[in-house]
Amino acid sequence: MKLTLKIWRQENATTKGKMVDYIIDGIDGDMSFLEMLDVLNEELVNKGEQPVEFDHDCREGICGSCSLQINGQPHGPDKLVTTCQLHMRTFKDGDTIVIEPFRAKAFPVIKDLIVDRTAFDRIQQAYGYISVNTSGKTIDANSIPIEKEKADDSFNAATCIGCGACVAACKNASAMLFTSAKVSQFALLPQGEVEADRRVLAMVDQMDKEGFGNCTNTGACELECPKGISLENIARMNREYLKASIK
Amino acid sequence: MSILDSKIPKGPLEDKWSNYKNNINLVNPANKRNIDIIMIGTGLAGGSAAATLAELGYNVKTFCYQDSPRRAHSIAAQGGINAAKNYQGDGDSNYRLFYDTIKGGDYRSREGNVYRLAEVSGNIIDQCVAQGVPFAREYGGMLDNRSFGGVLVSRTFYAKGQTGQQLLLGAYSAMNRQINRGKIQAFNRHEMMDVVLVDGKARGIIARDMVTGAIERHSAHAVVLASGGYGNVFFLSTNAMGSNVMAAWRAHRRGAYFANPCYTQIHPTCIPVSGDHQSKLTLMSESLRNDGRIWVPKKLEDAEAIRTGKKKPTDLSEDERDYYLERRYPAFGNLVPRDVASRAAKERCDAGFGVNKTGEAVYLDFASAIERFGKEKAFTSGHKNPTKEEITKLGKDVVESKYGNLFQMYEKIVDQNPYKTPMMIYPAVHYTMGGLWVDYNLQTTIPGCYSTGEANFSDHGANRLGASALMQGLADGYFVLPYTIGDYLSKDIRTGKIPTDTAEFETVEKEVTDKIDKLMNAGGQHSVDFYHKKLGKIMWNKCGMSRNAKELEEAIHEIAELREDFWKNVNVPGTANTKNAELEKAGRVADFLELGELFAKDALHREESCGGHFREEYQTPDGEALRDDENFKYVAAWEYTGKPSNAVLHKEELIFENIELKTRSYK
Repeated sequence: MKLTLKIWRQENATTKGKMVDYIIDGIDGDMSFLEMLDVLNEELVNKGEQPVEFDHDCREGICGSCSLQINGQPHGPDKLVTTCQLHMRTFKDGDTIVIEPFRAKAFPVIKDLIVDRTAFDRIQQAYGYISVNTSGKTIDANSIPIEKEKADDSFNAATCIGCGACVAACKNASAMLFTSAKVSQFALLPQGEVEADRRVLAMVDQMDKEGFGNCTNTGACELECPKGISLENIARMNREYLKASIK
Repeated sequence: MSILDSKIPKGPLEDKWSNYKNNINLVNPANKRNIDIIMIGTGLAGGSAAATLAELGYNVKTFCYQDSPRRAHSIAAQGGINAAKNYQGDGDSNYRLFYDTIKGGDYRSREGNVYRLAEVSGNIIDQCVAQGVPFAREYGGMLDNRSFGGVLVSRTFYAKGQTGQQLLLGAYSAMNRQINRGKIQAFNRHEMMDVVLVDGKARGIIARDMVTGAIERHSAHAVVLASGGYGNVFFLSTNAMGSNVMAAWRAHRRGAYFANPCYTQIHPTCIPVSGDHQSKLTLMSESLRNDGRIWVPKKLEDAEAIRTGKKKPTDLSEDERDYYLERRYPAFGNLVPRDVASRAAKERCDAGFGVNKTGEAVYLDFASAIERFGKEKAFTSGHKNPTKEEITKLGKDVVESKYGNLFQMYEKIVDQNPYKTPMMIYPAVHYTMGGLWVDYNLQTTIPGCYSTGEANFSDHGANRLGASALMQGLADGYFVLPYTIGDYLSKDIRTGKIPTDTAEFETVEKEVTDKIDKLMNAGGQHSVDFYHKKLGKIMWNKCGMSRNAKELEEAIHEIAELREDFWKNVNVPGTANTKNAELEKAGRVADFLELGELFAKDALHREESCGGHFREEYQTPDGEALRDDENFKYVAAWEYTGKPSNAVLHKEELIFENIELKTRSYK
């Protein structure tokens, strides 16, 4: 396959970026999208040019490092996959592919396609945990039976990989899906219920401070989420938030 | 040669850990506030330890190369975590978990460490549930278990195929709680470049901020390396792209012995390599071997016809297929341990029976499982005379409910439907049992430098059992290190803050910056990946699933040559004072080029076959591993003396007081 790539190049957070065109040839359908970028980078290095910087690590769709807005969509055109699991057979010979970083005020560009997603860490640090000591003895794991459906729902919310596609997909750059997934995971479990009120207030407060936009229920986040995190979590967070606020 | 002291406490096996805890020195809470600890790596071993140490009151600084602690590669573990809870009442106990782990490791691990691991395993599950880790549950609300290879009980706890992710998020949330309290300072996108010793003790590190390129000095009273394994020395592995040996190797160069580097786990069920562009390999969970049957064609001409596309696997009748694991190991069949299954696949492919275009793949077939499940489902739903189509449909539904996410992942990568045609799999490098030598305290041979999780060598011997890596990481981090490090730090309560404006820090920082300069200004001939791929090829072909003296000697020679060429001719573009992925890779590959040589040297010296280490010269007439307990029942700990080829061997004799050494047999 021969492809034209239009890639966002930006030296660092303070300089202005621009789109740069690259022609790449000999791309095999079995390659992953990031392996295609590896080929491009190898060529650039051998020509003495600067390779394109992008975040990636596990390359099996679970660490949440990879990002990329591909032809306007977070993680590209395939459903329920991250960029590292997107394969080149999705494209055809002669295609032009536009590759940009995730765009959001709360995710400033670090270099080229790499953005700073530490705002997500700070939301979690605000109260994304259960206050239990890890060094001490605790009660036996089976002493609190948990309804299977609730445990499963909690698990489904907990599968969020923190990649930020929800923010990149949202016209308001809202982080409601991300935050609500964490709030839900704990609110659904008896262990997490104890601090549920404090948690939702603290996390939402931090989310607002980080400069994420509000939710206007377009559902784009759910559609683009590589892990299929449900919008129901946002509804649950709103309910939890209201409940906590009027107490 | 010296005898290493493992510092295993005296007394009966089951009392060792309790006695130890009762007799160590503690640090009072007020003094903990004056003690700093550096943690390298934030996976299960590092994240859990950082959270616990901070909670105890120490000041902790964590370092990870990822943009967030939550992305450490523990996250990719699929299957589950073992614990001797005996919730199923199937006869499990601490002793049985201990026994299975020692046997699975082919009698090359320490009794004292492994028993402690089994002893604290139950508490890990309690801890994780309390943190809100959503493990799989039964309808009655209790935790569910499943079984894994090499054991006879169900002791594996799991969260679908994402157990590592859920456990890591648990440790990460515990870290977040301490970050919020100000007890942990997290340095993300930072790489440890070297460890700094003051008066022979580890007292700090030199780190590089990967965004700005700034070289930083950080001091502490102890340094913990929880930096993971070194499988990426093979270039292609199931490790993350960034997984590296830098922290462990830097410590090795400063005096920490490196133990058993040749013990590598090659996992039998991975998606095969599809071409030269491949950057990493993807694991398909071991659980698939419960229902999938592994085979290759019986006749060479059929294998040839399949490779060239003239025949399809489904064209071959039952008697044209060779279910070689069932043939060779009738007792365990497709569920033999990982090392045995991997070697058997290689043996068939080397003999010319491989089934993909590269000739390096075997089939993992679900057709008979689909039929079996389909018949059962039809029968239980009152459908006594189902047609073949109905059976297939019902069977597919059952297989989908059990393995749906894995089948979907396979289809995404390979573009074939595994419900209709058998999966193709091949072994791949997955885990490294070797690592920094540590004593019972998890301390390396550098005082004040500790190592936990995959980065150390301690618990898995020559082969790790499935679902035990997560157990070890969390055991070390939540329950072992917080005690053992306290004993050491109790002597540091009057030390005060370690200054960084000293000659020791100055010297090491200079060495770090000189090395970076050297990489930036090398000849500029070839990219870093060019060298990494070459190294990977040498490692895979000559230090891989089976090894012999001739090829290991060649490997030692070739790696040394490649390393020399690398330092002369590598091309690192850009500058060092900015985000520079090529420079990051170059630093890591430089260390792999040294480790690879030590790896081959260790494999050459170990003239026996055990676990993941198979020497062709040492096998039984029917091709099984031949261990030599008389001469090799020891840990090989290597001391760095300037060059990997000159590394000095130190032996730690393994003492078995509670277990009788036997030959593993799966026939």
